Amino acid sequence: MLNPVHLKDHLFESHLITNRAILLLVLGGILLTILLTRLLYLQVISHDHYTTLSEDNRVKLQALPPNRGLIYDRNGILLAENLPSYRLEITPEEVDDMGATLSALQDIIEISDIERSRFEKLRSRKPGFEAIPLRFHLDDEEVARFSVNRHRFPGVDITAGLARHYPQGPLAVHALGYVGRIDEKALKDIDNSNYRGTTHIGKNGIEKTYEELLHGKVGLQQVEITAQGRIIRVLNRTPPVSGKNLYLTIDSRVQAAAENAFGDFSGTAIAIDPNNGDVLAFVSLPTYDPNPFVNGIDYDDYAALRNDEKEPLFNRALRGQYPPGSTVKPFMGLAGLESGISSSHSKTYCPGFYMLPGKDRKYRDWKRTGHGTVDLNIAITQSCDVYFYDLAQSLGIDRIHDYLQQFRFGKATGIDIQGELPGLLPSREWKRSRRDLPWFPGETLITGIGQGFFLVTPIQLAAATAALANGGHMLQPQIVHAEQDPESSDLVPHQRHLLETITIKEQQHWEQVIAAMTDVVHSARGTARRIGNDSPYRIAGKTGTAQVYGLKEEEKYDAEAIAEKLRDHALFIAFAPIEEPKIAVAVIVENGGGGGSVAAPIARKILDAYLEVPPL
Amino acid sequence: MSTVFTPHHEDASRRGWQYRLHLDAPLLVTLIAVSTMGLIVLYSAGGGDIELVERQLVRLGVAFAGMLLVAQFPPRLLLRMTPWIFVTGLLFLLAVLISGETSGGAQRWLNLYFVRFQPSEMMKLAVPMMVAWYLANTRLPPNRWQLMASATLIVVPALMIAKQPDLGTALLIASSGFFVVFLAGLQWRLLAFFSVLAAAAAPLLWHFMREYQRQRVMTLLHPESDPLGSGYHIIQSKIAIGSGGLFGKGWLNGTQSQLDFLPERSTDFIFAVLGEEFGFFGILLLFTFYTIIVVRGIMISIQAQDSYTRLLAGSLSMTFCVYFIVNTGMVTGLLPVVGLPLPMISYGGTSIVTLMAGFGILMSIQTHRKLLPT
Repeated sequence: MLNPVHLKDHLFESHLITNRAILLLVLGGILLTILLTRLLYLQVISHDHYTTLSEDNRVKLQALPPNRGLIYDRNGILLAENLPSYRLEITPEEVDDMGATLSALQDIIEISDIERSRFEKLRSRKPGFEAIPLRFHLDDEEVARFSVNRHRFPGVDITAGLARHYPQGPLAVHALGYVGRIDEKALKDIDNSNYRGTTHIGKNGIEKTYEELLHGKVGLQQVEITAQGRIIRVLNRTPPVSGKNLYLTIDSRVQAAAENAFGDFSGTAIAIDPNNGDVLAFVSLPTYDPNPFVNGIDYDDYAALRNDEKEPLFNRALRGQYPPGSTVKPFMGLAGLESGISSSHSKTYCPGFYMLPGKDRKYRDWKRTGHGTVDLNIAITQSCDVYFYDLAQSLGIDRIHDYLQQFRFGKATGIDIQGELPGLLPSREWKRSRRDLPWFPGETLITGIGQGFFLVTPIQLAAATAALANGGHMLQPQIVHAEQDPESSDLVPHQRHLLETITIKEQQHWEQVIAAMTDVVHSARGTARRIGNDSPYRIAGKTGTAQVYGLKEEEKYDAEAIAEKLRDHALFIAFAPIEEPKIAVAVIVENGGGGGSVAAPIARKILDAYLEVPPL
Repeated sequence: MSTVFTPHHEDASRRGWQYRLHLDAPLLVTLIAVSTMGLIVLYSAGGGDIELVERQLVRLGVAFAGMLLVAQFPPRLLLRMTPWIFVTGLLFLLAVLISGETSGGAQRWLNLYFVRFQPSEMMKLAVPMMVAWYLANTRLPPNRWQLMASATLIVVPALMIAKQPDLGTALLIASSGFFVVFLAGLQWRLLAFFSVLAAAAAPLLWHFMREYQRQRVMTLLHPESDPLGSGYHIIQSKIAIGSGGLFGKGWLNGTQSQLDFLPERSTDFIFAVLGEEFGFFGILLLFTFYTIIVVRGIMISIQAQDSYTRLLAGSLSMTFCVYFIVNTGMVTGLLPVVGLPLPMISYGGTSIVTLMAGFGILMSIQTHRKLLPT
């Protein structure tokens, strides 16, 4: 048998392949239909959605941070400015070997470990195409060195921006404050949309109080960008509105003279123009340089400032609360006269101490031997305590409180710097509500000489002195004189506020007190006579000494024997010229000892700086 | 007179220039149209780089010349050369695996001193030719043993290429071999059986996949899970296509393309540029061209005069169809990202030459037919 021959059936095979080919074609058609359906879904149904996504990709809203307003003193001397600042940025995506790049950079530009670790931290959090700052504040030399070597560093760039700078350094830092990086705490309080693109914010002082004015309004621009973030073109733009320039009432010459006058002492001084409340000097010492704070102060430097025993960071002018001591006596004298309790002829015998009727506790006069028979003039000129113990006793705490309240003791003056403390003017009611104790008669006595619970801030003391000078007008101390639109240069003065006009029953009373204050400086027995001798203008003043350290009844105060920290604060208030007062000052020298010997000469230098130097 | 069936070469002069040059006019015209469209899109995708277009033009020239050359080989000669081409290709693949040059993380290139090329490209043609050669010598439809032999011819080179790794090409080659077997009359029962088997093998395949390949599959399923990483490509290409709408943003006006949001936009993702700038209608035009090419190829297959050329022509046409559907499916987010260019459009070298050589074979099959005597 022959094996069956398996002949190829060509016709069958041709039909088979044709059928199969057509089947495949149909299959292809089905796949193509699926694909087209998908495309219709993407391009027609979801078209709007993807158009939005594409626009989001393409168009970025860029914030244009406004230029921060400048700050000048009253004479136009620059106190806070914006300097061009260069920073070094790296775009990680464009760097092949980050380690090598960083160590090569290190050879030409100093990079601290802190900066490096901050850079690494940011780098791990941001996409590779975003430039990350490595160093801030390159100096000209560093910029030049990098520019020469730029070709060696692809992906590394220097960008220019503006950075806050305080050209006067530590001068008036407690008034001016400073800006710092916006932190999370600050973020809560600001309108975030206005701070897009802003890196710094006022942290304290005027920089903080006037943040809104200084900052300005953020601008926006829509830009078309590439995937790498490179800007192709600007689609539309709302320019930023620069912050307002501020002109302060501070006279930096007076300020500098005041700061220098203190020498090594800590303390505070406020000078006010009694005609309008302008703060001419705002001194809190020791001071510090605000510039390192702008871009984050070094940890060790900050710790050094914080731990400094003299507390340079403490704003004494705004938040220091001191017993007024004898500086309260002119006000007490006025209270006595105006309330009819005493007259300028009323006399008190001072044996060196005072005793409440029926009690045997002795309230000492600073002069152990006593002043003898004193009237108001002598009591103020020589600062007799016993006279004022007696007067206080006659007035009673209620009348003292009510009268002194008119000078706004115990109340914040409302100066335009945030953070002011109110001091404390004690009263029966205060003691009951805060201490839950009745008022004791002895407390009235020591209130009468500015001790005890009584606390004043330097601003209060200066404002009250200004009111003495101007005949009873309590003006709100003001530190910003005017604002200026940097574009138009128009100066808009800020409104001054009269807080209160103290009722004067008899002009004569006022004059008598001022005459006594004049004798403090210009009479032979005045406690501040040493500053009056050579003065080309006449000064009304009052010395004061505030106890830091409570003395026992029989103890004798010996400055030499007491540690400096516990030494008395020296105070002095003054205004001049008497005929036409232009400046009122309050000086408090911490642990300075005597008001007449330490505080008064400082006040004199402040007065000189303002009255003796011709205006700019 | 009785007509005697005398096989003779057709008289070319009687059938016009196409037959003299062994060119197929419908195929040629469409290919030129697609290439032209490709160059226009490429100019935009390359950001207006005319040199890029010139280089591609040179490549197209070489590829068209190659096509013309291949078209001159009569199918009979191709048939005779088939086993040798296949074996040579297999040896090259082996050589690549042993000592190939690495580029872009994959070992695909073979340096033959005078020329550097990818043997996997050669296999794109050699595998369907070989399977067609083998099956055409048997009685169709193939029996079980013949199927197993065919499967071996397909799987061995496919696995070797997958190992390079070049998953896209491996899949393409596997499907080209599969099309031959299917055309040859693969039984439906067996097809169903193998489909089930393939489905069952999927977890196994997952096991053998490299990490980046798994990542791509995961990305397809959840592109938004990693928008800056592996999902970026697919998200951006969907945005490009979707924002193109019906009419597109206009030539050179695609923001996704021109502003660098679209990655690999002159190579694998060039379809997204087309979709963005020319819209749905631009894509429809391209698909029309592609459809003409595939349908024409199938017509050539049907008109072919023996099983070898029928199987080969059918497989080449359907492989081309798979080629563009896989690429566009990937760019539109329907399929995982496999590295396959958009045929005739994407910028790039070797694959276009192979592709055109394949069309050369189609043209040869069409124009070397023996005329039945009238």
